Amino acid sequence: MNMTEKITGAQSLVKALEHAGVDVMFGIPGGAILPAYDPIFDSKIRHILVRHEQGAGHAATGYAQATGRVGVCIATSGPGATNLVTPLADAQMDSVPIVAITGQVASHAIGTDAFQEADIRGITMPVTKHNFLITNPDDIPHAIAAAFHIAGTGRPGAVLVDISKDALTNMTTFKWPEKISLAGYNPVMDPNDAAIKEAAKLIAQSTSPVLYVGGGIIKANASKQLMKLAELTGAPVVTTLMARGAFPDSHQQHLGMPGMHGTVAAVTALQKADLLITLGARFDDRVTGKISSFAPHAKIIHADIDPAEIGKVRAVDVALIGDLKHTIKALLPELESVFKKNKPDLTQWWASCSEWRSKYPLGYDQPSDGSLSPQYVIERIGKISGPDSIYVAGVGQHQMWASQFVGYENPRTWLNSGGLGTMGYAVPAAMGAKVGAPDTVVWAIDGDGCFQMTNQELVTCALNGIPIKVAIINNESLGMVRQWQTLFYNERFSNTDLHSKRIPDFAKLAEAMGCVGLRCEKKEDVDRVIKEAMEINDRPVVIDFNVHRDAMVWPMVAAGASNDDIVVAKSMAPVWDSQEL
Amino acid sequence: MSNQRTLSVLVENSPGVLARIAALFSRRGYNIDSLAVGPTEDPNISRMTIVIDIQGHALEQVIAQTDKLINVLSIVELDPIASVQRELLLVKVTTTAQTRSQVLETVQLFRAKVVDVAKDAVTIEATGNSEKIHALLRVLEPYGIKELVQSGLVAMERGLKPGSTGNTSSND
Repeated sequence: MNMTEKITGAQSLVKALEHAGVDVMFGIPGGAILPAYDPIFDSKIRHILVRHEQGAGHAATGYAQATGRVGVCIATSGPGATNLVTPLADAQMDSVPIVAITGQVASHAIGTDAFQEADIRGITMPVTKHNFLITNPDDIPHAIAAAFHIAGTGRPGAVLVDISKDALTNMTTFKWPEKISLAGYNPVMDPNDAAIKEAAKLIAQSTSPVLYVGGGIIKANASKQLMKLAELTGAPVVTTLMARGAFPDSHQQHLGMPGMHGTVAAVTALQKADLLITLGARFDDRVTGKISSFAPHAKIIHADIDPAEIGKVRAVDVALIGDLKHTIKALLPELESVFKKNKPDLTQWWASCSEWRSKYPLGYDQPSDGSLSPQYVIERIGKISGPDSIYVAGVGQHQMWASQFVGYENPRTWLNSGGLGTMGYAVPAAMGAKVGAPDTVVWAIDGDGCFQMTNQELVTCALNGIPIKVAIINNESLGMVRQWQTLFYNERFSNTDLHSKRIPDFAKLAEAMGCVGLRCEKKEDVDRVIKEAMEINDRPVVIDFNVHRDAMVWPMVAAGASNDDIVVAKSMAPVWDSQEL
Repeated sequence: MSNQRTLSVLVENSPGVLARIAALFSRRGYNIDSLAVGPTEDPNISRMTIVIDIQGHALEQVIAQTDKLINVLSIVELDPIASVQRELLLVKVTTTAQTRSQVLETVQLFRAKVVDVAKDAVTIEATGNSEKIHALLRVLEPYGIKELVQSGLVAMERGLKPGSTGNTSSND
């Protein structure tokens, strides 16, 4: 193309997106973004017309989580843009790389309370990694290149590019910046040598270490390196909610998930450890419980690409700032050399960890009234569909059970809204994941509350050949809130009863949206219905599993309580050896 | 030890930068005592001098979080001893025939300036570090302060450049 050829800002935008390597975007047109939709019509970029902008945002997130590439969503000004706020905040909290493009009213109208005007740059400032307002069409290619660079490098995150309507309609020339350099943005990739040596020294001195693994391992594509580090050190591994799949659940050294609904072994190992080797995790309150009593005997090695995570919640002994793949690669030879002189004996530590694991395995009771156990349903989906499928959860009880009972072996097979806790995440995120990984079976494991927030994207799935499978774990209530009301509000179930056993009729609703709708109410039907869903690949499938409503998520550390006070079942704390406490 | 720290922040001179810093400080609960923004020798770069009360927060966290903003080019803490720190004060003081000469004497002692005179008041301009400004105000207060306005602190590291061994002089 001739560099001096005059094109519109809108054409420049679409060219820029093509140059950035975008193959798909999710969005809805509207007034201010309309000029961009004309060249989109001719572009090789696939545009998927969603039913709500929130769906576009979560779909971009699901796509990014499943593929590791930057997800893209696009919306118009005003309400189109404000509907993206939740998915932007969601992606930013979970460090997911997405770019949102929004139309803005014409530059001369900005600030006049024009029709469909919202200061989306101002609104999204606190929930994005960075954002831009573009009013000059000449600035479009650089802003798009910078947006993808910022979203996808360093600690990934959400970036918004707001473009005024006149910037889209005015004429410009297109010039793609081959190299983006931003004076104020230079993520450190390689950790400091002295810090690596110091970390290796601490590991060599530790007799009860734990590898505390967060979602950063998945973001850095460092699962292979993590495996080497785990096997070299022989240390127990725990994977946070964002890191499920970063390390195989079937591996002997894996103690499971730590945190509020973690395994007793994982929670206790952190509490008793003398060293936490923290890899891309952020000491979230749902992991640490009461911070003053978290891992009280442990020294902390904290490896993260974001320097601002160091010391944010817990003071550290050694900070390893850099990309986790680089960091572990640098740490391995250093460890090998210190281990030649002294390799700590972890036999005793493993004896304790193994005892916690065998004494308090994850489990659940079958309801005595013969109704369906939600955990059983989720466990069977995991078994039948297997570890090569992608599982996407909403937020609440079903999310915790899905993290506990599916069984993950590979990174990018478990997608959920960990940080923001966005109900309604599952269906649109599963849609995005399926678009990114069309040959993979994608399950949305959703709650009946969550499903009613964003299920309209099943229409999008049905019309665009995106055959996801949705398991609604229907307990007719906002289950996690109900659990808290059971435990902390004297069973006063204020506004948590959704009456959703038949209203809506989820199977019929699914059929109405062009999906196959199935229902399952009995244990003996579970496998058959799941297998039936596995056979359907030309349309989305929704299974309404009517499950027991009083099932609860265990173990549990109450909010604000110490991890030492983990409860394995209602009013049943583990019996500690008094020597251990 | 005081909880006040002075941060010198170089930022890109682009729209919304102040809002980003303000939003970050507000969101994370950092208290700004004073803020001064102005141009630098490079028209594309502005300097902010932020005095913050770090009570309850680690200074390293404040610096790291601020540095994460894409438009922030650099951020350093300025040591009060190794930096020149100045505030500007304009204060209107009530004067009578009896007190005017005493007020003018105070102005001279503090190396301040009278910038406006009215029948019953003088307006005084003073620059200096916080201690000097406070001291001046304490002395003037008994005469009656009608109005005052004060700038945020501006500050600069002593010497030629950070780490260089240029002249460090003081005329405080």
